Amino acid sequence: MLHPNTVRRYWPLLLTGCLLLLASLVVVALCVGAVSIPFGHLLLWLQGQGDMQTTLIVESLRLPRALLAALVGALLAVCGAASQGLFRNPLADPSLIGVSAGAAAGASAVIVLLDFSQWGWLGLSLVSLGAFVGAVLVVLCVYRLATRSTGTSVATMLLAGVAFSYLAGSLANALEFMADNHKLRQISLWQMGGLESADAVQVVIASVALIVVFAGLFWQSSALNALLLGESEARHLGIDVAAVKRRVIVAIAAGVGICVALAGVISFVGLVVPHIVRIVIGPNHRYLLPISACVGAALLVLADILARILIAPTELPVGLLTSVLGAPVFILLLRNRYRQGAAH
Amino acid sequence: MLMLDAVRYEKNGAAIIDDIAFSVKPGEILGIIGPNGAGKTSVVRALLGDVKASGSIQFAGRSIAEFSAVELARHIAVLPQFSALNFPYSVAEVVLLGRTPHSSGRRIDTDIAHAAMAALDISYLSGRRYTDLSGGEKQRTQLARVMAQVWRSADGDPRLLILDEPTSSLDLGHKQQLMQIVRQFAGDKVAVLLIEHDLNVVANYADTLLALQCGRVMAYGSVQEHLTAAMVSDLLGAQVSVVQKNGVKTVLNTVIA
Repeated sequence: MLHPNTVRRYWPLLLTGCLLLLASLVVVALCVGAVSIPFGHLLLWLQGQGDMQTTLIVESLRLPRALLAALVGALLAVCGAASQGLFRNPLADPSLIGVSAGAAAGASAVIVLLDFSQWGWLGLSLVSLGAFVGAVLVVLCVYRLATRSTGTSVATMLLAGVAFSYLAGSLANALEFMADNHKLRQISLWQMGGLESADAVQVVIASVALIVVFAGLFWQSSALNALLLGESEARHLGIDVAAVKRRVIVAIAAGVGICVALAGVISFVGLVVPHIVRIVIGPNHRYLLPISACVGAALLVLADILARILIAPTELPVGLLTSVLGAPVFILLLRNRYRQGAAH
Repeated sequence: MLMLDAVRYEKNGAAIIDDIAFSVKPGEILGIIGPNGAGKTSVVRALLGDVKASGSIQFAGRSIAEFSAVELARHIAVLPQFSALNFPYSVAEVVLLGRTPHSSGRRIDTDIAHAAMAALDISYLSGRRYTDLSGGEKQRTQLARVMAQVWRSADGDPRLLILDEPTSSLDLGHKQQLMQIVRQFAGDKVAVLLIEHDLNVVANYADTLLALQCGRVMAYGSVQEHLTAAMVSDLLGAQVSVVQKNGVKTVLNTVIA
């Protein structure tokens, strides 16, 4: 772990480095794929002199996709970091505690109940809203169940997550069961959605979501720092704990809900990224949130590149890659907890 | 500066604490003693507004309910009995968190955190991870944090430090060292509420004592006057003898054959 003073002193450098990493990965994402585009062509395109093929591939396929991957990755990582702060537990990833499943059920409900195939961005906003409502309900329930004044019970939190995932899953199944063929097709299209259906509308929605959610959480960063000490400790440091929890829960649910609505359930980014970043720079949310955002964005862009090239010309679902990466980290975290004897 | 009168807090119709009255002034260490479940922690929770209590609680001449959370935090710091922090903050960062309610600026806050760490003799730990510390080191770090919170009268006056069993996880040497530091810190400026099971800690370091039994005050006044074998026997049902040496009382277990 870097010393906190080192982190503070070299903070701008650290952030710039992460942003550069992200930018270079985006450039790679634009270049590689079924048709590879030489870097020179990309530079020409940047100057507005690209050939037609480059322009078409970059502007309508790869750029929206890379941007969406970056935005969704950043959102998931930031929401993961914040929910771990809220639950005071490094295992509290939104996809593990059922929030993503709740969001997916909410989104399915909107798709089945409303016919919006021609509504464009409004339809997408409604799906996002449904996902948000589903996510809020699950976070609230899990938080109520698992958190006591003495701390958060990991077992209860994870088990509640399992229960809510099943509940949300069966709700989604019931909705599919009731849906007619046309709706069913819409649901499965959305479920397969992933990042390959990225377009300008999705990128705009995701950017707005990232700006709002990040600003909201960053504003709470010193409160989140104090909250890590415990709820009553934070209150005795002058923090309005109830208000902070409300804001953080709404921000997490909005972030995860919109990610699920736009790109489906992508697991483990919210677990792995803050964990790695915390190992390097420590748990101070003032630094943790921005760096997690950059690293999360970079990770998902990288995962998407790999998903596109590993078994080209076919593509892997990007969620599969993040799970392959995330599950071992999760198991390692669990193992470390038991070795430290922190059973609760 | 802190005055409680006829304070009562009930839960499901049953009084947890009732008719609590005491006061504490700057520089005074008030030891709160009593058996498990006597309401010691409830008194503290009531005066901090963590639970809703009836009666009068005055701090610095105002009703404590009039204080906002931040205002209260600038005057009153609380060391909890248990600390569940399991994130790898460095020791310096934990101590710096004590400055959260103040807006005194980064430089002053850092100076105060360093001074608090020096006072508790943990400067050498400043870069270490909190999660790697021993129980005693954690306790000293947490005490440094709450001391940093009420370090200067410029940030809040009067100041009150509430310690909930600060020495329970410490060996005898560290117990003495920690209480010495608290005594010094209190000086003649900071009032201290000390919830304590170890009667000898109260005998050695407190000026006054408040003995609680079943949520009511059983004895209140100077340690010299009230810490007697008869009182301890009534309070805890324990057989002890209290001896006095060099003006300081010591409580001894009396083993019944």
